[in-house]
Amino acid sequence: MTPASSAEREQAGGGSGASWFYNPRVRGIVFQVLVVAFLLGMLAYFAYNAKINLERAGIASGLGFLSERSGFDVSQSLIQYSNDSSYFRAFLVGLYNTLLVAVIGIVIATVLGFVVGIARLSKNFLIRQIATWYVELLRNIPLLLQLLFWYKAVLSVLPSPRQSLEPISGVYLNNRGLILPEVIGQPGSSAILWALLAAIAAAIGISRWARKRQQATGQQFPSVFVGLGLIIGLPLFAFLVTGMPVELDYAELAGFNFRGGVVIIPEFMALLLGLALYTAAFIAEIVRAGILAVSHGQTEAAYSLGLRPRRTLQLVIIPQAMRVIIPPLTSQYLNLTKNSSLAVAIGYPDLVAVFAGTVLNQTGQAVEVIIITMLVYLTLSLLTSGFMNWYNSRMALVER
Amino acid sequence: MSMPKIAYVRTDEAPRMPPPVTETGVVGWVRQNLFDSVGNAVMTVLGIAMLALILPPTINWLFIDAVWTGTSRDACVVEGAGACWAFVNAKFAQFMYGRYPIAERWRVDLTGVLLIIGLVPAAIPRVPFKRETVLYLLVVFPIAGFILLTGGHVELSGSFWIGLAILAALSLAVVTLICRNAGIAPASPLKVVAGFYLALAAVFVVVSYDFGLRPVETQLWGGLLVTLVVAIVGIVASFPLGILLALGRRSKLPAVKLVSVIFIEFWRGVPLITVLFMSSVMLPLFLPDGINFDKLLRALIGVALFASAYMAEVVRGGLQAIPKGQYEAADAMGLSYWQGIGLVIMPQALKLVIPGIVNTFIGLFKDTSLVLIIGLFDLLGIVSLNFSDANWASPNTPATGFVFAAFVFWIFCFGMSRYSIYMERRLHRGHAR
Repeated sequence: MTPASSAEREQAGGGSGASWFYNPRVRGIVFQVLVVAFLLGMLAYFAYNAKINLERAGIASGLGFLSERSGFDVSQSLIQYSNDSSYFRAFLVGLYNTLLVAVIGIVIATVLGFVVGIARLSKNFLIRQIATWYVELLRNIPLLLQLLFWYKAVLSVLPSPRQSLEPISGVYLNNRGLILPEVIGQPGSSAILWALLAAIAAAIGISRWARKRQQATGQQFPSVFVGLGLIIGLPLFAFLVTGMPVELDYAELAGFNFRGGVVIIPEFMALLLGLALYTAAFIAEIVRAGILAVSHGQTEAAYSLGLRPRRTLQLVIIPQAMRVIIPPLTSQYLNLTKNSSLAVAIGYPDLVAVFAGTVLNQTGQAVEVIIITMLVYLTLSLLTSGFMNWYNSRMALVER
Repeated sequence: MSMPKIAYVRTDEAPRMPPPVTETGVVGWVRQNLFDSVGNAVMTVLGIAMLALILPPTINWLFIDAVWTGTSRDACVVEGAGACWAFVNAKFAQFMYGRYPIAERWRVDLTGVLLIIGLVPAAIPRVPFKRETVLYLLVVFPIAGFILLTGGHVELSGSFWIGLAILAALSLAVVTLICRNAGIAPASPLKVVAGFYLALAAVFVVVSYDFGLRPVETQLWGGLLVTLVVAIVGIVASFPLGILLALGRRSKLPAVKLVSVIFIEFWRGVPLITVLFMSSVMLPLFLPDGINFDKLLRALIGVALFASAYMAEVVRGGLQAIPKGQYEAADAMGLSYWQGIGLVIMPQALKLVIPGIVNTFIGLFKDTSLVLIIGLFDLLGIVSLNFSDANWASPNTPATGFVFAAFVFWIFCFGMSRYSIYMERRLHRGHAR
């Protein structure tokens, strides 16, 4: 350091001898102001450019387009929709279709994933190898490729409606989709639905009561079996008592296509198949890791307390494994939901295909459409991570 | 003294019996692993039934009934024919390079060789000169690859150079001003800033130099080339940004932390496809008139931003694994924040997260297939594009193409996941008891 510079420093730093440059608080504030100013400047620059570009292209801005007539048809809709409906209605159709495939996909992927994950730990060599190869094969191939494979290479080469496959009587499989008989409720059938709801409520009540009683007295109650029995038995009872007021409407071949029945479009089947099989491979790994994470000492401790192997699994291993499994499992559920956006590649009318695809192309309002689409997924993901945090805080080990 | 002879006591050892047949060899293994209980026996039978149902038709279709040679669809539309490998054979070069000019394909191959030269020593832990290898991979190789693939000779206008010079002069002036004001010697910070701009200028000079290579537009790129370019550029570009975001998320400065958290959670919360839509539809709107990126570059920007959020979370995991004592030790040595991060924390943290980085790369590599939705022809895109070739249309063509593409992706991803497992084991050896 030259003498001149040290003299300068004394001058600038004043009596304390330290320059403001070395004050962490000042540096922190300056740095943060710079970062925020830079980001705001960039945003303003982008917004300014976007405004000019949109004006030049003559594209309207704002959300007014949502109430305009859409003018296009959608191949699958859970709500009433026609080409006279508004763009907002189209948005809802896409959103519901996304949620539909996500929910069903999550259920299938979870069941399959747990089966495969447990199979990977099986003592049986053959089962273990099959499960391992399932995981290694599906996990390392892009999901989009799998979707296209199911759609273009498997479902598209199915026979035409006239030569439909009929795996079960009344169920037809052809290149137009899977055709199931429609369930038509006669008057009085709503009782079955009410019975089901009542049974679910009762099952939840019983399991709460059983847990409380077990914590107070130590006595166990087979709440799972009783709950399942209620959920299956009560609607069945209602079904029989009200005189079986449900009819199946079988599809019939009329001309070149089927009439009646419920049609599950091949796009939905391909998407569901691809998503469920792919995510199941990841869930299997999570389940395996979760079970392996419970140390062997826990099993030995349970045995030394005199618990039988099944009770050990039920009361010691699974509750502890679930603590490890649930957080990554929720993020897999989230991945599945986000991956359902690949539907656009095979033409399933999900949120991205309908809204960020067709609606964007028709209105040209890219900014609004993309932002709304992203916000939907962002909301779903924040809800999921919110649930995860809540669950984590409930299940986390309480340490002294 | 001699032992009295007792007839009924053996004097020599009986010959050893071999263990029962049911306990050793193939039979013993089968008994222990497949039929050790009724439940397991049932499972084994079910498993064999499942394999018997799946394997023979698959093998038949893949190999025995497959058509290996032919010049058009006629070879593959035969009754009972299996996979149409003749199709893959005929289109193989296209699957690898896309429409890259045939005379220029050596440049792609050379880029691949340059990549392998850097990647192999970087991946094997025993090879020395890690720092130099990483420098080569992150600086020399990208520039060389860029020039080889595009042809270099980027036209930079005079105003660009003037702009760069003004920016450099402004930065130097600001640094001098701050140093004056704060009372520190301006020599070393000035050297850093000047060096940065000189390096930047050198890169631009090299990139704009005419090496006599024929320019190849990115529209002509395709196949595995695009897949690898998107994945590698995505991961390399996301790396520095990811590190900055990870540091930002752990920063004590509230504004920096907030910005990092919002950025990370935003990109992690949306599907890649909407990001790609955004970069292909919205990005041109955000730029002033006249500046136009090509499609590949737009996709690359989207992929890099998306990957940087995931990378940030991986790096954050590594940062959290470094004990607090290391930070305190760096402070106690009198190192500044960036010195401490660069010399003490990052080298340890990054080593810990190599498996995580590889896993992110695997995910990104698989996700590159999504670029086909915005109209780029990566491996999967070019394979599906060729299904519409009337010369090769047959019922088995799509399945064959997909199986081929799946095989290529699988080889890459499986190889990388094995490597990540190997690194994980290696890193954990120190903690083993």
